[in-house]
Amino acid sequence: METITLNHCLVLNGILFTLGLLGVLLNRRHLLMVLIAVEVMLLSVNLNLVSFSYFLKDYAGQVFTVFILTVAAAEAAIGLAILTLYYKNHGTINVSSATTLKG
Amino acid sequence: MFLDFLFYVFATILLVSASFALFAINPVINVLSLILAMFYSAGIFVLLRAEYLAFTLIIIYVGAVAVLFLFVVMMLNIKKRSVKEVIQQFKTPLFLFGLLLMVEIVLLLLKAKNIIYHDELSHLAFESFDGVTNAHAIGQVLYTQYFLCFQLVGLILFVAMIGAIVLVYEKRTKVRKQNIKKQLLRTKKNSLQIVKFAPIVKNPEVE
Repeated sequence: METITLNHCLVLNGILFTLGLLGVLLNRRHLLMVLIAVEVMLLSVNLNLVSFSYFLKDYAGQVFTVFILTVAAAEAAIGLAILTLYYKNHGTINVSSATTLKG
Repeated sequence: MFLDFLFYVFATILLVSASFALFAINPVINVLSLILAMFYSAGIFVLLRAEYLAFTLIIIYVGAVAVLFLFVVMMLNIKKRSVKEVIQQFKTPLFLFGLLLMVEIVLLLLKAKNIIYHDELSHLAFESFDGVTNAHAIGQVLYTQYFLCFQLVGLILFVAMIGAIVLVYEKRTKVRKQNIKKQLLRTKKNSLQIVKFAPIVKNPEVE
């Protein structure tokens, strides 16, 4: 790639990250959407690390991305398990019905 | 030049499908657009010479994580949101806040000088892995220098697996099951009882 610089990649990743952040902020009642938004944010972080790795010509970023991928997979598995448990107990995945701890 | 064009195409589709993944009404469409976004980010990974990570992303993310999401969407009875509800979402100040953050980041990064700081002392520089493929180079680093981290990541996955199983496991009480311990502890002494009784002799003369 000739004309693509680090800044192009960073702008793309910044937009992707803020999209994920907006997803968390706007869909915060909907538990599944929050999980999907977190996945999108992690994807943008991975893209960021890989683009730094490419432009700095250093493998450290790619190695770190491997670790982030595994942690994200673990997070998704636990999150979805909690989601199914929540659905079983409440009959809905709307977070606003989780008021058991409210005094 | 062609690769640059490809980068713009991938980036555009990635952003569009990511926004569909976050703001579409139907949950199935959300998850499917997440899968599409992951495919196109894998394309960008290939353009950035990270072939190993690109295929890992497709195999792990699309093959496992996104399919897990699809399973959950199909198993749970999630209602579609109404269009009114979605439009209502965008009318909060939080949306403006996020939009402002996005514009700020874009402006900041566009104005910033393109600084590339190259650490000459890095052990992981591309030059020290000349003539090896991407996967080979990552393996060489991962299994030597980052070996402890590699083991810890394995532990994290193990704990996550146990956690997920424990969370959704439910013991079924109505099912009849073998009790292997009880079965193996059976001996002749505690299960067989010999009863002696007097033989019944039929008297043929009665008839």
